[in-house]
Amino acid sequence: MTIDLDRHLAEAATSVAAVGDLDALRVLDGELLGKSSVVTEARRGLGALEPDERKDAGRRINEVRTELERLLADRRATLEADARTEILESERLDLTELDGGRRLGHRHVVTQTWERLEDLFVGMGYTVAEGPEIEDEWHNFGALNFPPGHPARDMYDTLYVDHGEPGSTLLRTHTSPVQIRVMETVEPPIYSIMPGRVFRSDTADATHMPVFHQIEGLVVDRDITFGDLAGTLEAFTKAYFGGDFTSRLRPSYFPFTEPSAEFDIQRPDGTWLELAGCGMVHPNVLQAAGIDPENWSGFAFGFGLDRLALMRHGIDDLRELFRNDLRFLGQF
Amino acid sequence: MKVLLSWLREFAPVEGDPVEIGDQLSGLGLAVEEMTIIGGGLDGVVVARVLDLRPHPDADRIQLVDVDAGDGEALQICCGAFNMSVGDLVPLATLGTTMANGMEIARRKMRGEWSNGMLCAADEIGLGDDADGIMLLEGSSSAPGTPLAEALELLPDVLYDLEVNPNRPDAMSIAGVARDLAARQGVAFAMPEPAGEEAGDDVNGRMSVEVVDPDLCGRFVARVVNGIRVGPSPRWLANRLTALGMRPINNVVDASNYVMLELGQPNHTYDLTTLEGAALRIRRAADGETVETLDAVVRTLTAADGVIADGNDTAIGIAGIMGGASTEVSDTTTSILLEMAWWDPMSITTSSRRLGLRSEASARFERGSDPEVAELAMRRFVELLSDSGATLAPGIVDIRGNLPACSPIRVRIARVNALLGTDLSRDDVADLLGPIGFASEPAGDDDLDVTIPSFRPDSATEIDVVEEVARLHGYEEIARTLPRSTITGALTPYQYDRRRVRDAMVGLGLDEVMPVPFLAPGDLERAGLPADGITVTNPLVAEESVMRASLRPGILKTLGYNASHRLHGLGLFEVGHVYRTPLPVDGEVPRLPDEREHLAVALGGRDAGEAVAVWSALADALDARDYQLVADAPPGLHPTRTARIEVDGVPVGHVGEVDPGALAAYDISERVGWLEVDLEALLALPHGQRPYHRVSRYPSSDIDLAFEVDEGTPASAVSSCLAAAAGGLLADLSLFDVFRGAPVADGRRSLAFALRFQADDRTLTDAEVAEVRQACIDAVHAALPATLRG
Repeated sequence: MTIDLDRHLAEAATSVAAVGDLDALRVLDGELLGKSSVVTEARRGLGALEPDERKDAGRRINEVRTELERLLADRRATLEADARTEILESERLDLTELDGGRRLGHRHVVTQTWERLEDLFVGMGYTVAEGPEIEDEWHNFGALNFPPGHPARDMYDTLYVDHGEPGSTLLRTHTSPVQIRVMETVEPPIYSIMPGRVFRSDTADATHMPVFHQIEGLVVDRDITFGDLAGTLEAFTKAYFGGDFTSRLRPSYFPFTEPSAEFDIQRPDGTWLELAGCGMVHPNVLQAAGIDPENWSGFAFGFGLDRLALMRHGIDDLRELFRNDLRFLGQF
Repeated sequence: MKVLLSWLREFAPVEGDPVEIGDQLSGLGLAVEEMTIIGGGLDGVVVARVLDLRPHPDADRIQLVDVDAGDGEALQICCGAFNMSVGDLVPLATLGTTMANGMEIARRKMRGEWSNGMLCAADEIGLGDDADGIMLLEGSSSAPGTPLAEALELLPDVLYDLEVNPNRPDAMSIAGVARDLAARQGVAFAMPEPAGEEAGDDVNGRMSVEVVDPDLCGRFVARVVNGIRVGPSPRWLANRLTALGMRPINNVVDASNYVMLELGQPNHTYDLTTLEGAALRIRRAADGETVETLDAVVRTLTAADGVIADGNDTAIGIAGIMGGASTEVSDTTTSILLEMAWWDPMSITTSSRRLGLRSEASARFERGSDPEVAELAMRRFVELLSDSGATLAPGIVDIRGNLPACSPIRVRIARVNALLGTDLSRDDVADLLGPIGFASEPAGDDDLDVTIPSFRPDSATEIDVVEEVARLHGYEEIARTLPRSTITGALTPYQYDRRRVRDAMVGLGLDEVMPVPFLAPGDLERAGLPADGITVTNPLVAEESVMRASLRPGILKTLGYNASHRLHGLGLFEVGHVYRTPLPVDGEVPRLPDEREHLAVALGGRDAGEAVAVWSALADALDARDYQLVADAPPGLHPTRTARIEVDGVPVGHVGEVDPGALAAYDISERVGWLEVDLEALLALPHGQRPYHRVSRYPSSDIDLAFEVDEGTPASAVSSCLAAAAGGLLADLSLFDVFRGAPVADGRRSLAFALRFQADDRTLTDAEVAEVRQACIDAVHAALPATLRG
């Protein structure tokens, strides 16, 4: 009996090792551990033994059964691992063949700059206002303290359109008319920026386009000062460009602001770059928009939005922005 | 406006190095556009006299020149120019001289002959543009060896080119710039006080002047100058005019220009002998009246132009813009009538613009000249000509028309400080204003009454004075502070949604383009669109004369441009405004054109199906699910592959493909899927987050239904029928298969839908599912020519 079991175990080990697939292993599992297996038969035969023999024989049968289970489990693990390896191997991919299939689109670099500026100013507590690109003469000039025939109108090469009385409707030359539209509709305090597209009768070259973009800011509140204007421009430019640099304000002229200024930043070589026109909102402008200049004061400023984009990315020709060459657009 | 530092120093002892002074000018609002050091680069250049000229023995293109460079010896120079003669005085760069271009003059051999220096052309020594031949010092009496700078009376100087803003007419003169700079530096400023020698008969007996239009002419001053001898100006005066960009003509014209540049008072000289009738009339021109101006052009005038007419009432000049040819000073002129006037800026602006004629004079009158400087300027004029014997006749014609009123301005010091963020006292303000001619008197306890000087017509209200205080105090002296916004910063809902639109487009792999919104005539028609664009009345070029009524032409051009660089299959989008002639509202044409923001998508090489997919992704991004696609054939889009998009029953755009004809017209050789949406209309309709609906915890049941339908019946008709019939139990509905061909009859196709039913409160029984399935089938059969497929 004992000899039988030992030989059975040895033969079983050989059979298990020889099994080549999981299905065959399942059959062998039945043969070795099932109802008609040697170990089951042996357990059945225990009752015929003497009590003192029965204990030893029973222990031995359990040992063999456990060993058979271990052999089968090990073999199953090996075969499962082989099967998994085979499947995985059959699924092998060269991912470098597949690289480059999809891409996201790109926001236009002007839009990226536009949104970055919006985010900066929203963070500083500003709202964003927009207005029509085709404007009436009043909002573009009259309300901004350009009386008819004022020589300062010559500073703007204005394009007019055939709508209404001749000369009454134009392509806005700056985003300043939106200042008026905001003041006409919103009670102070006003903290707004006004990004938008503007037009001038200009021939396209590296620094001019008949169409370009500006971003203007308007603040109207109690006790707003020229010092507030200077501080705001400094805070904004540092946030936009990052880092420290020197800036200055110098006197300039715009009909809609007084005092008026240009905001310059210093280049690394010490020369100055004109970045923005600005000033305190002229009392006549506040009045034209229905705000009492004795009770409220404010400042306004305007940057060339495209130029901020060009500077940030080191683009040297304004025309690139409007050429819409995918090889350009895809870089941003 | 160009200014010379030496000229400024005649008015004020300006200090500092050139760069520092330039920064101060910019800080005063007179931005330095360019600074040039002149009279430099002449060290080592002397006057030399040509003694002998002979051919070079071994070269044709250079000759040998012997010159006397001051020591009386003949010095041999090899020279490539042949324009001089023996006896001429010429500039010689002596050995050791470093030229402006960095070249050092050394003794060297040219083809075997020694050259001991270089004779110079004008451009080589920074004295003009003349590069043809050696500069000949005609009329010079300088001895050989005299430094050239001394011979030409050229002093080292600094030339600033200033940008003068329209509100600073005073800075269109040397005196005005000097006044500002002196105030900034705290040095004394003084106007000249020329004596103005008088001799001869009183002018009032000889001349009569009538100002017919006092609105046009605010002041007219005239004097007679006798003893004129027309000839060249002194060298120093000619040099200054040249430096400031004016060409010296003769001493009379030059003195006239000099006075204008120095004091800002344009003026005019009439040859007294050619002036008919010894009288002048200042009046508006008659329509069609003509006058020949100094530039020998006959100009036709209108009543908008002012003229100066002679005793016969014949126009002899255009007021404030240009004098006439008939009374022009000539070489033989001995007596002149000198006119200095103040003209209405608006009249000059209008007239000059209409005539297309801008002059140094009109540029000054347009901005508003100083009405009170005429007498001084006249004495200065005569002083400049006194060396040639000119004297003023006694007496002056001085007629005042209507000048702008000028009363003192009350300036509240508290207001000044409140606007600037400064803490200036009343005395501080008065001290800042005084040096620029703004006299002030204390008013009340805290304020000032400020009298505006005649040369600052731009200053008329308190805020103008505040600006002057800020300017003279120095913008950079004002402490920078940051206001704390008292509102909440945010984008508008529309602006947030527009960002989601762009997010969706970019997420779909589309690139944003930004074509200019100008179109050429015909662009809209080529795209198959009606030519209803708003047009530009004064375009620079015809290609930019039509405002786009659709984003399509611009994007098709962009596709064409990229295709020409072999970039095909592009997916592009644009968000931009389109402009149309507005429809009348209540019978009135709206004040502004109909301008809207559109989104357009072009899918190169892809068909309408891809375009619909872009639309559904967009609708998903905006949560605008209640839409319908209705077959449509709008102009310029593919007539059998386009649908109108309706949200809540309102049309918001089209999706489909571009019409092949339009593609051909734009040289595009691939299909172009197209989507164009009126963003403003779309975002005004219901969209966005819906109320939360709890996910059902109960099992769902899936069924498939396939119907055979006519090609004319849209799939959406079947699906909406199914959705209506399924009612609240429908959890999901999708079209998963479309099949054409046998056994489906020609002209029909099979549409297979997957439906998922689910209740929120129970597990549906088989009977319930069967019931709703049958309801769906019945509904489709009842509403549409469709049959269920087994």
